Amino acid sequence: MARLNLDQVSKSFGTAEILKAVSLSIEDGEFVVLVGPSGCGKSTLLRLIAGLDPMTSGTLQIGDRVVNDLAPAERKIAMVFQSYALYPHRNVRDNMTFGLKFSGMKKDEIDRRVAEATRMLQLGELLERKPRDLSGGQRQRVAIGRAIVREPDVFLFDEPLSNLDAALRVSTRVEIARLHAMLRATMIYVTHDQTEAMTLADRIVVMNKGRIEQVGAPLDLYFTPANLFVAGFIGSPGMNLFSAHLTQAAETLTATTGFGYALPVKGATLASAASVTIGIRPEHVLFGETPYQAFSARVDLVERLGEISYLYCATVNGTPLIAEWRGRHTPSVGDTVKLSADPGTIHMFGADGTRVPDAVR
Amino acid sequence: MSRRFGPAAVHVILIAYSLIALMPILLVVMNSFKARKAIFGAPLALPSSETFSLIGYSKVLGNSNVGMFFFNSVSVTLISMASVLLFGAMAAWALAEYRFKGSTLLALFLSIGIMVPIRLGSISILHTMVSLDLINTRLALILVYTAQGLPMAIFILSEFISQIPKDLRDAARCDGVPEIAIFFQVIAPLLRPAIATVAVFTVVPIWNDLWFPLLLAPGKETQTITLGIQQFIGQYVTDWNSVLAALSVAILPVIAIYLIFSRQLIGGLTAGAVK
Repeated sequence: MARLNLDQVSKSFGTAEILKAVSLSIEDGEFVVLVGPSGCGKSTLLRLIAGLDPMTSGTLQIGDRVVNDLAPAERKIAMVFQSYALYPHRNVRDNMTFGLKFSGMKKDEIDRRVAEATRMLQLGELLERKPRDLSGGQRQRVAIGRAIVREPDVFLFDEPLSNLDAALRVSTRVEIARLHAMLRATMIYVTHDQTEAMTLADRIVVMNKGRIEQVGAPLDLYFTPANLFVAGFIGSPGMNLFSAHLTQAAETLTATTGFGYALPVKGATLASAASVTIGIRPEHVLFGETPYQAFSARVDLVERLGEISYLYCATVNGTPLIAEWRGRHTPSVGDTVKLSADPGTIHMFGADGTRVPDAVR
Repeated sequence: MSRRFGPAAVHVILIAYSLIALMPILLVVMNSFKARKAIFGAPLALPSSETFSLIGYSKVLGNSNVGMFFFNSVSVTLISMASVLLFGAMAAWALAEYRFKGSTLLALFLSIGIMVPIRLGSISILHTMVSLDLINTRLALILVYTAQGLPMAIFILSEFISQIPKDLRDAARCDGVPEIAIFFQVIAPLLRPAIATVAVFTVVPIWNDLWFPLLLAPGKETQTITLGIQQFIGQYVTDWNSVLAALSVAILPVIAIYLIFSRQLIGGLTAGAVK
């Protein structure tokens, strides 16, 4: 078990800068999920932590050791890969013990660890089987087992569920969460799936273009995204974002969108004539008569999921938005609906894309 | 192709090709079982009860030199094959896996060996072997054949290695497996089909080679079977029974090696073609 500290870590491949001075502290026993669109550098960051790729600059500490120049095995990490990366010609038991045999560990200690991992992951009947005889979910359990027997300080997961089908993904996700509760080990988990991120993480690190956009607890990211990128990335379907401009009339500052939706705003950092972005999540869109500012939109498409449906709408000037409808009797395509939102649920972002707290009155 | 001509036409072409390729071998084997007169009288006839004769085989197998030639051929071929496979696989892994100064240049240099036949260097090889005092040793042949086989082996094996998922060696590294064990215990077992392919491609030209044994090891003690057979061919009289029998016997080891590797080989030739 160990803390992990990244200080100004950068990575370039040739002239391409993949990671730009990333700094991050991870507490002992914490489950941290790195999310971001593909190419954002999350997997690269994980590989740097593992020691599979050298970093261009910066310092990486695991526990109280600087591990910049240590080989992966010396860093006391274990990694689980998306492709499972099991040794194809070895059976499950040998897959788990292969690495340990090189560490000079005593046989009864190896046996103890394998027995424990086997019990934890219910691999008992599979021990003598070859990877090709296992299903995807079983293979991933073996891969996790191979990580557990190393008893590492830090577990690294690189999109471990991406190759599994939907049902298995959910059950394996639960299994990983249970494992974390059981082992209380530091875990770093890379995914592009925000459901995995939200459900597993103690803290989520949202990355974009080699930078960390925001670090925070899942619900903090959802309710108070620090900037436009996080606002758009967390939540599914994504937040509706409308650009608006500010006008000052007497004492009141008003943000008005292109389709005439006007919101009274406050905020010391906001100045007249500045452009801002208003964000409303689909699930916070209200229908019909409300005490709040409203605007109208035409329904273009209805996606019915059961308990909820998503209405793909267009405002009077054609700006698209998505609204969540609860219940059975959805508006039909072509209907005009009256939409509004509770100011408490409306987000506002300044011209530079960062959040303006408590801006909407 | 098969859609335009239909499977029947394709088969006709293939069968015709097989016949053309197999005919000389068939002739050799057939005539090796015939008496000398019958070989000349009716070279295309099958051996009958009148013409059947094992004289060639009894001469060849009774000749103690032939056993020695065989031993020379087998040892040279097997040791060369083993070296080509071992060093070829290791070099292919190094070139595919590690980036070092001059690695691209080295790969390029090795691929030149595929394009330029080694025989062009015969004179300088001969010079080198003379100055190393390796003339008339099997080692001379082994060294040359290893050099001859390596470029192609490295080329084929690098292709296979690049198809092995990178995650596998990453996982092994995280597992604390030493680099040398990653190669021998993780990667090499997965290269089996490729190694079989390379083995067959390496063995056949070495076994059949006449040039280098003639040049580097013509001594009585070090002759290989292809060279040894030449002693039955005289300027005035050729002992065709013995030549044909010796040739027939010499085919056997190649067939054996092919049979051993063929299952792997077919997997090796088609791997990467599908998927």
